[in-house]
Amino acid sequence: MKQKNRPVRNRALPGNESILRQLWNDPMGRAGMIGVALIILLAVFAPWIAPYDVAKMNAKAKLTAPNASFWFGTDNFGRDVFSRIVYGARVSLIVGIVAVGIAAGFGYLLGMIAGFFEGRVETVIMMVMDVIFAFPSILLALFIVAALGTSIVNTMIAIGIVNIPVFCRTVRASVKTVKSTDYIANARSIGLKKMSILFRHVTPNVMAPFTVQATLALSGAILTEASMSFLGLGIQPPDPSWGSMLSDARKFMERAPWLVIFPALFIIITILSFNILGDALRDVLDPKLKL
Amino acid sequence: MKNLLEIRNLKITTLRGRETVHLLNQVDLDIRKKCSFGIVGESGCGKSITANAVLGLLPYPLRVSEGSIRYESKNDEMDLLSLDAKALRAVRGREISMIFQEPMTSLDPIFTVEMQMFEALSFHHPEMSRSAMRERALEMLHRVNIPRPEQTLASYPHQLSGGQLQRIMIAIALINDPRLLLADEPTTALDVTIQAQILRLMNDLKEQNDTSIVMITHDLGVIAETCEEVAVFYAGQIVEQADVAAIFHETAHPYTHGLLQAVTSLGGAERKLYTIPGIVPPGGQWSRGCRFADRCSRCMEKCKEMMPALTEVSPGHRCRCFLHSEEAES
Repeated sequence: MKQKNRPVRNRALPGNESILRQLWNDPMGRAGMIGVALIILLAVFAPWIAPYDVAKMNAKAKLTAPNASFWFGTDNFGRDVFSRIVYGARVSLIVGIVAVGIAAGFGYLLGMIAGFFEGRVETVIMMVMDVIFAFPSILLALFIVAALGTSIVNTMIAIGIVNIPVFCRTVRASVKTVKSTDYIANARSIGLKKMSILFRHVTPNVMAPFTVQATLALSGAILTEASMSFLGLGIQPPDPSWGSMLSDARKFMERAPWLVIFPALFIIITILSFNILGDALRDVLDPKLKL
Repeated sequence: MKNLLEIRNLKITTLRGRETVHLLNQVDLDIRKKCSFGIVGESGCGKSITANAVLGLLPYPLRVSEGSIRYESKNDEMDLLSLDAKALRAVRGREISMIFQEPMTSLDPIFTVEMQMFEALSFHHPEMSRSAMRERALEMLHRVNIPRPEQTLASYPHQLSGGQLQRIMIAIALINDPRLLLADEPTTALDVTIQAQILRLMNDLKEQNDTSIVMITHDLGVIAETCEEVAVFYAGQIVEQADVAAIFHETAHPYTHGLLQAVTSLGGAERKLYTIPGIVPPGGQWSRGCRFADRCSRCMEKCKEMMPALTEVSPGHRCRCFLHSEEAES
């Protein structure tokens, strides 16, 4: 009989130390973590990092090229681009997190119900999800914002709704897999209630794909926000958003390329970091899982 | 009620699209107290769903469409099919428990053995203290011959071997002293030496606890070693039922005969392993005649036209075959 003395390690539960260490040991995971940490630091410490007031216009320094006092230059109102990017990180991150929170919350709930209870409930839920899924996400988000009115809260709600189906599907698929496992059959055979099976056994076992999905959706949400702001239906002035900064910069692209380059660079770094982190997280949590 | 469990005319159906498909019918079984009863048959014969039906664990869209499953509990007699969800949960694990084929996946990978043993205990005994539960868990592990029970309690399933896990599964199944244990191919996934140990363990525990065991298997060797009575399932029906000696020595049904011939043995004559030609017809594709007719070496004309009835060949030995009785199913 084998008696293995491997260290006790809990692979399926996110958030424990060994997972972070595993991520750090993976070069991709490390790059993703550094990128994400950078953006988070920018967002959290924005008031201390940003050298200027984001809304303050400086008529004497319009469209200044990057120099020692304006690192990323200034825009057509003389506002400091670096400060606006720093605060833009805050907007992007908040919108991303809240939107993913909405999407993940509802998606988890609906996916659980659909996967666990099956039958007609599942058919109805999945049909609604398919309908939402059928729209290009940016289009649907624009519809919702157009209906609700433009504000940062509505932007979050719109992006949240658009992202519900991916979570719902991910959760439903994993719930179905977990549900058909022997340990769930076993839990039922010892008399456990449906609800305790759902929360004690099913939920923790679907956490791995769910966490990965959340990381990947975060980058998607940030990108959607940038696109919506670029189209003018996202974050409204004077709040800085990378998307609207790009949009405003279009007219001055030739004279002041830094207005385009820096916001775009930050969007790219952010999206790339979250995606890489998501991929690495997937590899760490479950090497067999391919989303 | 003189039996522990009486299954009458059990019929299980499933939905395939909008069509209702029969998976099991006309199953009558009596499980006596302190008896070990074997159910044998190929995959897809309806063995496992019969056991699942007893505990109300049939997965959607399978359901029991007809019949009754009467069970005599410690102080009451009941029809398991008409119990509400709460009463059924009180039976599960406490009166009747089940162990499954795959010990490697039957425990939740993210909890320790201890937590899962406590879970089984605390659901039926909410008043039990942690130290009492721990004591009980250790006692059970000791009884199923787990070396170093203390260390095992703190282990996660992936740290244990299949044999150990199956012992733990048995310990969990028996932790509330059930009167009936449904063992769904408990040794199929284990290697032969461990298999023998597990079977011996189950036999011992049966003697100690007065627990009846229903052993579901496709291995006649397991049946020979553990069971007193045997029912042979084929395509959702019982085709032969007798005590274990009669099954092996006075085999009546050609299907049972085929199963016996297909048993591998060491030191036997050098011959090619016997196989029954063909496969079990899946539910919904049964002929109106004998369901084994297509694969039977002794098939007659009438076998394809009429379904033979399950009739007594000798006292306590029932068989569904025209070779032994002219009687057809109406």
